[in-house]
Amino acid sequence: MARMKFLCDADRCIECNACVTACKNEHEVPWGINRRRVVTINDGKPGERSISMACMHCTDAPCAAVCPVDCFYTTADGVVLHSKDLCIGCGYCFYACPFGAPQYPRLGNFGSRGKMDKCTYCAGGPEADSTPAEYAKYGSNRLAEGKLPLCAEMCSTKALLAGDGDIIAQIYAERVTTRGYGSGAWGWRTAYKDMVAG
Amino acid sequence: MMGIRTRLRTALVALVLGVGIGLAAATATAPEAAAQQQPAAPPAATEQMLFNYLQGNVQGRVTIPDRRAATLIQPAGRDFQDFWRSTMKWIGGIAILGMLAVLAIFYLVRGTIRIEAGPSGRTIQRFNGVERFAHWLTASTFIVLGITGLNITFGRELLLPLIGPDAFTAWSELAKVAHNYLSFPFTLGVALMLVLWIKDNLPSATDARWFAEGGGLIGHGHPPARKFNAGQKLIFWSVVLGGAAIAVTGYIMMFPFQFWATDIAGMQLAIQLHGIIALVMIAIILAHIYIGSLGMEGAFAAMGTGRVDLNWAKEHHSLWVDEMMSGGRAAAAPPGARSAGAD
Ligand code: HEM
Ligand code: SF4
Ligand code: SF4
Repeated sequence: MARMKFLCDADRCIECNACVTACKNEHEVPWGINRRRVVTINDGKPGERSISMACMHCTDAPCAAVCPVDCFYTTADGVVLHSKDLCIGCGYCFYACPFGAPQYPRLGNFGSRGKMDKCTYCAGGPEADSTPAEYAKYGSNRLAEGKLPLCAEMCSTKALLAGDGDIIAQIYAERVTTRGYGSGAWGWRTAYKDMVAG
Repeated sequence: MMGIRTRLRTALVALVLGVGIGLAAATATAPEAAAQQQPAAPPAATEQMLFNYLQGNVQGRVTIPDRRAATLIQPAGRDFQDFWRSTMKWIGGIAILGMLAVLAIFYLVRGTIRIEAGPSGRTIQRFNGVERFAHWLTASTFIVLGITGLNITFGRELLLPLIGPDAFTAWSELAKVAHNYLSFPFTLGVALMLVLWIKDNLPSATDARWFAEGGGLIGHGHPPARKFNAGQKLIFWSVVLGGAAIAVTGYIMMFPFQFWATDIAGMQLAIQLHGIIALVMIAIILAHIYIGSLGMEGAFAAMGTGRVDLNWAKEHHSLWVDEMMSGGRAAAAPPGARSAGAD
C-alpha cells in the first residue's frame, strides 16, 4: 500500500492559487472555507517563497488524537479522514493541527461552529464511495476513481506533488540534486516526523 | 519591533538558503555531478532550526480573508496533542481516583464523624435562603458542568466503547450545549457566594490552631472556629479562585479568538488551564461533598434546611455559636422538640 503524502516544492510554487481554486471547485467547498491555501513567506523580500498548504495527512495525526468523539480514521493509504456525522464542532482539532487545516462554517458562535471541514486528499469520507451523500459532505472521491488529488494533478509548475511519500520524496530529491538547491519539504518533519527529502 | 522583524527576515532568508544548500549537500553524496556545486562548508540547517529562529510558527501572507491561514506551520500543535491525550488525562485521573481512594480509606478508618454529645433536638439558623440558593445554584450547575466536561476529557475512552459512536455523538452534542449554557448560572452562583461569604472567609488566628489540630479530622479534638473553619475557608477560596479561573478560560473557549491575546497559542493554553483546574477542582469538591454528607453527622442540614443542631454547632463552630447567642439570635426549638428544661 502506498503512504499518500503532499509535498510542496517552494522553489517552484509561483503563488498562482490554481490549486486553491481547483479544490474549491472540485469539492464545492463552502464559502469561507479553504481546504488548501498558498502562504507566502518573506513577501517582497529576497528569499521569498510560496508554499501551498492543506491537510498533510499526518502520521500519528494530532487532530485524531484530540478529537473528543474520536471521529477520525486513517485509510489504508495513510489518508486522514473524519466523519461529519460524528463531529460535534468542538474546535479541538484546529488547535492541535500544526497546519491550520480544520475549518468550520461558523466562527465559534457559542461553541456551535458547525461540522469541521478539511482536505480529504480527494478521498471523500465514511459514506459509500462516490455517492451523492459522500459528495455533499466531503466532495468528490478521486482516489476511488484511481486519480490523485486534483490540486497536485493540475499544478502548472508541478510544485505541488501528491502520491506515495517515497516516490514524491525521490522526485523532489532528484530536483534538488539537479538544480543544486531546494528549501526542504515544508512541514514533513512536523507531519511525518521525517526529515526529508532532500 | 521593526528591527526584530527585519532580523527575523534576514535569519529566515539565510536559513532558507541554508536549508537548500544543506539539503543539496546531503543528497549530492551519490551523484558526482552535483557534488561539484557543493560549497566548501555547507551549513546544516533543518526545519527545526528554522522554527527556533522564528520562535515557533512559520508565518507568512495569504490572499484570503482568514488571517489564521497565514500561519503555515505551528509545531506547538504537537505539544498540545501530547498534553491533551496524556498529561491532562493522567493529572485528572490521578486527582479524581486518588481523592476517591483517600476518602474511602478515611471513611473506613474514621467512619462518620458523629455529634459527640448527641443531637440536642434544638436547632440554630446557619444559612438563610439566599445563602442556600447561591450554594445550590453553584453546586447543581457544577455537577452538570463536571459530568459534561469529564465527557470531553474521558468520554472517548470510557463511554464511547460502551454506547457506540452515534449515541456518543448525540449525547456529547447535548452535553456541550448544557456545558455552554450552564456556565452562566455557575458563574452567577460563584459571584453570589463571594459576596455573601467573603467576610467570614478572611484568614484569622483561629485558622492556625485549626490546622495544628488537624481540624478534628485527625484525632478527636474540636478546635474552635467561627462561622467557617480553616478547612471550609480553603474550600471557599478554591471555589472562588478556581471558579473564576475556570470561568475566564471557559469563556475564552466558548468565544474562540474573540478576546485579546487569544491567538492559537492562547486558545491552547486556555484549554489546558481549564481542563487541569476543572479536574483538580472536581477532586476537591468530591472531598467537600463527602464531608458534607456521609462523612459528618448533622452537616448536611446546614445547606438542607438551613438549620443545624445546637450541639453540632457547638462542637464544630464554637466561636460562631457564642457570637450568635450573644447577638440575641438564640436557638429556636422546632415544633415538638423537648423543652430545654428536659435536657
Ligand atoms: C463559566 C463556566 C464554564 C465555561 C464557560 C466552560 C466552557 C467550556 C468549554 C467551551 C469547553 C470546551 C468543550 C466544549 O466546547 O464543549 C469546556 C471543557 C471542559 N470543561 Fe468547562 N466551562 C465552565 C465551567 C466548568 C466547570 C465548573 C467544570 C468542572 C466542574 C468544567 C469542566 C470542564 C472540563 C473537564 C472540560 C474538558 C477539558 C478537556 O478535556 O479538554 N467546566 N468548558
Ligand atoms: S494536517 Fe492537521 S488535519 Fe491534517 S492530519 Fe495533520 S493534524 Fe490532522
Ligand atoms: S471539531 Fe469535530 S472533528 Fe474536530 S475535534 Fe471536535 S469533534 Fe473532532
